[in-house]
Amino acid sequence: MTAHTAPAFKASDYKSDIKPVWCPGCGDYHVLLSVTRALAELGRRPEDVACISGIGCSSRIPAYVNCYGFHGVHGRSLPIGTGLKVARPDLTVLVAGGDGDGFSIGGNHFQHACRRNIDITYIVMDNRVYGMTKGQPSPTTEPDWDSALSPGGTGLSPFHPLVIALASGANFVARTFSGDPNRTTEVLVEAIKHPGFSFVQILSPCVTFRPDERGWKDVVHTAAVEETDDPARAARRIMTDDGFNIGILYRGNRAPYKLTGREATSDTDQLGEMFAI
Amino acid sequence: MTAGGFLLEAAARSGWFGLMTRSVGPQIRGGEAAALLRFSNRRVDVPAESYNILFVVDWLNFDRFSAEIHLTPDTMVIADPDSGEVPEVVVKSGARMFDMPVKQVLGAIEGGRPNMLATGVVGGIIGLPIDTIYELIQDNLGSKGEKAVNSSKATVEAGYRFAETLTDAPALAEPKKSDKRRWIITGNEAAGLGAVRGGVRFAAAYPITPGTEILEWLAPNLRKLGGALVQAEDELASINMVIGGSYGGVPAITATSGPGLALMTESIGLAVAAEVPCVIVDVMRGGPSTGIPTKSEQSDLNIAVYGLHGDAPHIVTAPNSVSDCLFTTQWSVYLAEAMQTPAIVLSDQFIGQAKIVIDPPADIAFVGKRLLAQNIEGEYRRYAVTESGVSPMAVPGVAGGQHTADGLEHNPRGTPSTRAEDHMTQMNKRLRKITGFDYGSHWAEIDGEGELAVLTWGSCTAAALEAVEAAREAGIAVKLISLRLISPCLPDAMAKALEGVKKVLVVEQTHSGQFANYLRAQYELPSEVRSYHIPGPLTIRPSEILSQIQDWS
Repeated sequence: MTAHTAPAFKASDYKSDIKPVWCPGCGDYHVLLSVTRALAELGRRPEDVACISGIGCSSRIPAYVNCYGFHGVHGRSLPIGTGLKVARPDLTVLVAGGDGDGFSIGGNHFQHACRRNIDITYIVMDNRVYGMTKGQPSPTTEPDWDSALSPGGTGLSPFHPLVIALASGANFVARTFSGDPNRTTEVLVEAIKHPGFSFVQILSPCVTFRPDERGWKDVVHTAAVEETDDPARAARRIMTDDGFNIGILYRGNRAPYKLTGREATSDTDQLGEMFAI
Repeated sequence: MTAGGFLLEAAARSGWFGLMTRSVGPQIRGGEAAALLRFSNRRVDVPAESYNILFVVDWLNFDRFSAEIHLTPDTMVIADPDSGEVPEVVVKSGARMFDMPVKQVLGAIEGGRPNMLATGVVGGIIGLPIDTIYELIQDNLGSKGEKAVNSSKATVEAGYRFAETLTDAPALAEPKKSDKRRWIITGNEAAGLGAVRGGVRFAAAYPITPGTEILEWLAPNLRKLGGALVQAEDELASINMVIGGSYGGVPAITATSGPGLALMTESIGLAVAAEVPCVIVDVMRGGPSTGIPTKSEQSDLNIAVYGLHGDAPHIVTAPNSVSDCLFTTQWSVYLAEAMQTPAIVLSDQFIGQAKIVIDPPADIAFVGKRLLAQNIEGEYRRYAVTESGVSPMAVPGVAGGQHTADGLEHNPRGTPSTRAEDHMTQMNKRLRKITGFDYGSHWAEIDGEGELAVLTWGSCTAAALEAVEAAREAGIAVKLISLRLISPCLPDAMAKALEGVKKVLVVEQTHSGQFANYLRAQYELPSEVRSYHIPGPLTIRPSEILSQIQDWS
């Protein structure tokens, strides 16, 4: 669909009438706003968009977006999105969820979805905590963060999703902050438009179990350098930044998974004939 | 294996039926292997009780196969006297030994290979036309050049010459030719064909023995039909890809075996709750755990029926023969699509990997037809409560059908709900879909009448049928009931099938009697029930079932 034939949509057209379960002040409200704004800007009809998620606070997002949605089991949103996109290449497929869903229970799918490089956009609302189960450390939690499940902290180095995505073959890697919906919307538009697998980490504070994350608004900063299509440069930058560097950190040219050119050349009767002696 | 394939095809081209199973050691490639063939002028679905001819390339590790290869004093064993000592089990069987200087014969033919010699010897003994074998060589090896074709022909001919020297050789009954070209197919190929006939156009795949061949058949053939197959990173992914593809409106399938099914169970429950049709073929192998990947067992019955958490009504079916893999898989696609729920098809290693000659299967009407929501006006309710329990499904792209499919309990609109009323309503709806459905006569194969019934399922069916036929010839009236629909249970249909039956012999290939226990829990059975349950790796033979019948008559 080209821009001038697209009907004009407003962000509110992509908003459902279901009230979120999120806590007041949760960063995910702004992610929802940014997603609806991005879809409006892209002008995709709501019925041509699918939003797929797993389990967790942020994984509730499909029901709040006016599009086709799937709220699956914990950790398996990327395979559902992958199956949907391969079966229906005509759709715009967004996969969304949290850091526990995506990097812990779904970690293997994360790597392989990057590697497969199918044209879908993966949005992770990273709050460095399991919120729905009331405050346990996730793969991105700091090693000394104290909790009932890991008294005194896990002592483990945090998982580095952006560099994992890059190393695994994702074609677009970005980090944004939910508290900056304008920039987040811009990045999401670029991510959805970019061919192949786009990964967007959205720092999205959990005000309930990580009240300290309210301070993120003061530490996030725009990436100081231009975006790159060189994975080596991107990796170096991501590995050495402070984790609050905002922007498109890699926009690559890796060949996406081939989804087109699948015209039928046979029928089932002809296939049966292969068994005839 | 090459020799077995040539013999089966040559027999089929000449008007015989046949069945080939293979037995291999644990090695990745090469090593000991046996091709086991049975020929007849009527269709054969069961391996032979004993073998008339054993052609031995060498005796290395023969003991691994001896339990599967029953030899009798009538068996002709053809072996090279230089290929080592004859195993004790062979000597004890009293089989007739014929020396053939295999290495010497092959040494005299440039490019001579044991498989062509085996083809020639066996083909010569049973009386396959040599020209048919030459045709096959031309068809299969023609691309390798004239030299390869000629050396193969020369080797086959040497085999035929040796066969002429043998006395009291068994011969096949007259062939029964057909106007229609017969098929040679494995159960796994048949399952793949059944899937696409049923309308499947998307598959997700994670390799596992012995289910992989279904996926390998689907990969190129789905492409020819305009569909697609994705290789997944694991079975957790493959089942969810299938759910995603099907949510997109494209009938979808995956194939696996026990360990893979175990990984998939959580998400099969998701497909139940979110009401997304999909088909999972479990080609069962020996369990538990890694078990015996290359051998058959029916021990995934419990996990297929009971393995999902929560109350999760779904379909479980089982093909009852190699060729029925086609019908049952196709039917299962139809059932899954009609009821918008997952269907697990329990095939097994034996029927999956056995190669069989059949008359070309009839076209059957079962093509998946999902109740779709189109031209939506007003509020769309994905899980609307209907009389049948099936609600019109909106697939992405349909305006006004936007909703979120959910594994959380939900109200008719799909909005998550913890209300008791919503839970009860949706549970009833999901159960009603499958218990109220009209499965027709396909739920079971029922044969004959008698006060004694053999009640079985899946790959035991063919052996049970042979046993029942033998019992009838011996004057014992026996009824055979083989369930194709394992779950849900059909109490009325079963009661009708069991009218007049006083004794039930349950036959299955498990260690714990899973099928017998399931039947006892779910059905009203006559008071006299005996359970004959033997685990893999050996397939249950007709004679075992026959002696159970005779003991109880």
